[in-house]
Amino acid sequence: MSSREEGLSGLVDLPSIGQLISLLERQGWRVIGPTVRDGAIVYERVESIDDLPRGWTEEQEAGRYRLKRRGDDALFGYNLGPQSWKKYLHPPEVRLLEARRENGLLKILKQSDPPPRYAFLGVRACELAAIAVQDRVLVGDRFADPIYEARRKNLFLIAVNCAQAAPTCFCTSMGTGPRARQGYDLAITEILEGERHEFLLEAGSEQGASVLGQLRARQAGPADSEIAEKMAEHAASQIHRRIETEGLHDLLYANWEHPRWDDAAGRCLSCGNCTMVCPTCFCTNVEDVSDVRGEHAERWRRWDSCYTLSFSYIHGGSVRRSVRSRYRQWLTHKLASWIDQFGTSGCVGCGRCITWCPVGIDLTAEVRAIRDTPTRAPKRRENRNGES
Amino acid sequence: MAPAPHRILRVKRETHDTFTLTLEVPEEAGGEFAPGQFSMLYVFGVGELPISISGDPGVPGQLVYTVRAVGKATGSLVKLRAGDWVGVRGPFGSAWPVEAARGKDVLIVAGGIGLAPLRSVIYHVLNNRDAYGRLTILYGARSPKDLLYRVDFRSWSRQMDTHALTTVDHGDLRWRGRVGVVTTLFRYVRLVPERTIAMLCGPEIMMRYVCAEIEKNHQLPASQIHLTMERNMKCAAGFCGHCQFGPYFICKDGPVFSYERMKPLLGIYEL
Repeated sequence: MSSREEGLSGLVDLPSIGQLISLLERQGWRVIGPTVRDGAIVYERVESIDDLPRGWTEEQEAGRYRLKRRGDDALFGYNLGPQSWKKYLHPPEVRLLEARRENGLLKILKQSDPPPRYAFLGVRACELAAIAVQDRVLVGDRFADPIYEARRKNLFLIAVNCAQAAPTCFCTSMGTGPRARQGYDLAITEILEGERHEFLLEAGSEQGASVLGQLRARQAGPADSEIAEKMAEHAASQIHRRIETEGLHDLLYANWEHPRWDDAAGRCLSCGNCTMVCPTCFCTNVEDVSDVRGEHAERWRRWDSCYTLSFSYIHGGSVRRSVRSRYRQWLTHKLASWIDQFGTSGCVGCGRCITWCPVGIDLTAEVRAIRDTPTRAPKRRENRNGES
Repeated sequence: MAPAPHRILRVKRETHDTFTLTLEVPEEAGGEFAPGQFSMLYVFGVGELPISISGDPGVPGQLVYTVRAVGKATGSLVKLRAGDWVGVRGPFGSAWPVEAARGKDVLIVAGGIGLAPLRSVIYHVLNNRDAYGRLTILYGARSPKDLLYRVDFRSWSRQMDTHALTTVDHGDLRWRGRVGVVTTLFRYVRLVPERTIAMLCGPEIMMRYVCAEIEKNHQLPASQIHLTMERNMKCAAGFCGHCQFGPYFICKDGPVFSYERMKPLLGIYEL
């Protein structure tokens, strides 16, 4: 049993992770965690330890993802699947509005379903950073998105420290990982050494400390935290992908007309996969529907992607008609204009956009290509022609 | 943020495809706005549209919008009649620099429907006439049948201290006015660079040429030129991402920007 005065940490065994899930469920949280579905590790509701991807890991490379067996009992022995937690905090599809037309009057109905209290189990350091980025975008600016805000404010966050890195990871470049340092209620380090299979739990909030106090935790010593640090170092040493962030904002702003955009456009399918898997991409579209009698109407919000032609449509035609301009918009927004808008980069280095790009476009390579041959003199072309 | 239902008081046909809707503001809604701001107008079951407020800020209790029917949502918006209801969110966005323009000459340059968001600033200047210097209004439309606010324009032209000029791209048999793009009107205009604030709205290409004209040939610094930008918009609060223009969200950082901020970005193709 650990206590607060002993650094808010403790060691638990494998079954205790199951107890953690049921404890949170009993206290009214809906626990979302990693589980195997459709050949991938996805974030779904988990009700017991059997739902977790025990013994599974994945192989990732640009445009490639395969599950494989680890040969041990690790619960968190993978890195990242296609989904991020934005699926729950910033739902892919949500009803914004319900309206009725009654006796010639327009009635806007109140939307009052409170969202569930989510507990996220297995949040990686880069994903904690992504949540912090979405906090800045969706509640930290002039307006607050009530849908995100309601889900975010009642959140229990259980981080998991990475013991290994995928070849697509580059959190070390973005300063977001591999070890979770803040923004969690509890952080788990899974210790697998020979016969030893234990979990170091560290509380990062009062809420986390209180849950930790309810588990049968054994006292953790300095040696255990040392193991956790070693594991993080080991994971970091496996990371070979890299983005040089120094001067990146100005580099991209000076290279709107770089020939590399044409090169990338020759490969990019403009499918939008990178925006769907990105844990910070937040763009949405709305769709209005009504019943046939014209009495009941709804307005739905859905994730959108800057890779679609309709995204930039205004009367007269879309602004970004070429794939070149759409790829440039995504990358420049993510790595440069995001900083102007929200004081932080939009990239956390999770590498999902690399893995899930069907043609394996790697943003770190695109940035490197631009850095290697910067062009300073933009070729001026005529802007889209409006009418007077 | 849910739209608040507003009743339509009047629908006025301005041209063959452009209509002005006057909405009654419910007491609890307030209805205050600054010239240059826009609202999101919701047509039941059809969709929501960003529309600039084109009414007189000195007339409380109503909101006025001029809409050109160009698509599904605008088409259904202009089909509404007095007594029908629309949902309103807003007002949103930045405003014309009417305070910074106090004591200065005001130059208004509008192209087509771009006169709509500028009409509220013209009303504001005329309502506070002593606070401003010379008022110059340059207005270009595609053809005589596209000229907006004819009654207003005649009254502005008749003011002794207002210089209001019109031109059309293409005349017709009955047109006896000027023919040419809006920049051709600058030959009739003398600006005093140190005390002029310019406000522009129209197609982007027109604004680029007008900015270049007044900056180069009339020595107005880019910081004294203001323009309003248009992009696809779904939320008006910076969440949907559609209206991004380089580092800016047109909905919350704009739609009114100084040319100083827009200049580095305006020439970038497909930004």
